Amino acid sequence: MLHLIGRKALDILFGLGDYALFTGRSFYAVMHSKRIWRRFIRSIYEQGTVCLPVILIVGLFTGLVLGLQGYHILNRFGSVGLLGSMVSLSLVREMAPVLAGLMLIGQSGSALAAELGIQRNSEQIVALETMGVESHGYLITPRLIAALLVYPFQTALFVVIGFWGGSLSGSLLLGVDSGVYWSSIQRAIESRDLRECFIKAAVFGIMSVSICAYQGFHADRNHSDTGARAVSAATTRAVVMSSIMVLVADYVVSSFFI
Amino acid sequence: MIASSTEPPLLKVDQLAKSFGERPVLEGVDLSIPRGSVFTVLGPSGTGKSVFLKCLAGVMQQDSGMISFEGRPLVATDKETLTDFRKRCSFLFQNNALFDSLSALENVSLPLEQTTNLDSHEIQRRSMDALSQLELESFRDRFPSQMSGGMQKRLALARAIVTRPELVLFDEPTAGLDPLRRNAVFSMIVKYQRRFNFTALIVTHDVPEALVASNRVALLNGGKICFEGTPDDFSSSLDPVVTGYRDSTDALRESLASIKGQAQHI
Repeated sequence: MLHLIGRKALDILFGLGDYALFTGRSFYAVMHSKRIWRRFIRSIYEQGTVCLPVILIVGLFTGLVLGLQGYHILNRFGSVGLLGSMVSLSLVREMAPVLAGLMLIGQSGSALAAELGIQRNSEQIVALETMGVESHGYLITPRLIAALLVYPFQTALFVVIGFWGGSLSGSLLLGVDSGVYWSSIQRAIESRDLRECFIKAAVFGIMSVSICAYQGFHADRNHSDTGARAVSAATTRAVVMSSIMVLVADYVVSSFFI
Repeated sequence: MIASSTEPPLLKVDQLAKSFGERPVLEGVDLSIPRGSVFTVLGPSGTGKSVFLKCLAGVMQQDSGMISFEGRPLVATDKETLTDFRKRCSFLFQNNALFDSLSALENVSLPLEQTTNLDSHEIQRRSMDALSQLELESFRDRFPSQMSGGMQKRLALARAIVTRPELVLFDEPTAGLDPLRRNAVFSMIVKYQRRFNFTALIVTHDVPEALVASNRVALLNGGKICFEGTPDDFSSSLDPVVTGYRDSTDALRESLASIKGQAQHI
């Protein structure tokens, strides 16, 4: 029993160390990766443009729900004038970075893990290495750098569209004065809230892209699955682990800002 | 042109061993590949030919033994020698390992873009040159999935030769192909080996084609090289392992011919 626990603990430690090395190597590769620009633009497109509709839809409905629920909760205490503050602080400090992060994991993170898994399966990654191409620099680095830009940008969009969603349900449907709603938002948001929001977005971006890339890149490591099953298992692990880690990181980062 | 026997070999393998768990695959392989030769390693399926080639390419780490390129040992700690070796060596995968999201031209230009400091015009020129050498220039914008098996093989060869390597490793280049295409692939290897004067190391189990195309052949069996010599030596060898393998492929060929004859009769 003790032996099993010890082995499991060592496996987890090995996995964490290997993941840290993988991420570090991918960042370090920016120093000597050639012609990274085109792949960086492509990564911006994959993570940003492709995911834009999802971010807009989820942002809008999150704002709508926050406006609806917030109105009825605040109405009990006769404080509907604070609806803007409630919607904005909920979105900026928690919901926008977390939900945008989860949406991006679902859309671009899963695609990244599957793509790398297939490239591993069909020996495309090995082919890169036999050519003397730094596979981390070629495949991972541009995506990590793109995540540093795309996740905060998508989160900002999520926040803005969420404000409009809150305004739609709170002001247009439930009758809260529009001026009261928007001025309440203006009063509530401080620069530290925005800092928290964008730091969270950047951290979630790096974590989710690196976890998804790590799982796809090493899709062949899980010996119980091979071929297409290995790719699907790696994609599932990538989405589950990065989603969990986003929530864990959310708690850790939040605790620094409280 | 093959190097004279006094010239040191381009690639030398000493006592190469590799196991997977408890199962030994290579048990002390010794081989010398002369510069400019077409060298074929024959052997039945599952004897570790591809493992041998992957150890040479550095894709797989051997358990023990030494691989030397131009007399310099290739060890993981000597990054400079390894990088130099990788620049001068290309690997043609059994399944081609083409980048399916890149066009033919992008596939061929990738190694130049990522491993050289050439400008874009020179990369484009060399890539188009490699594509036209393999009669693929009109397919430059096609993706690998839009090409036939033979064209994919030629595209993989174009990608392998675009960096002007001195050594090209071919992993089962004719796997899964019919006899006509097998012949065509071996002809292609010989044709381009002569044109670009690289050293070709091929692993295959297609004996007749290999004997015609190669300058030297070796037989890998039981984890060791049990024969090395010219194709004529191989054909006339009385070594029981060589005759066993040679005759088994002949027997297979005859049995396939008889099945084909029966099918035609029916």
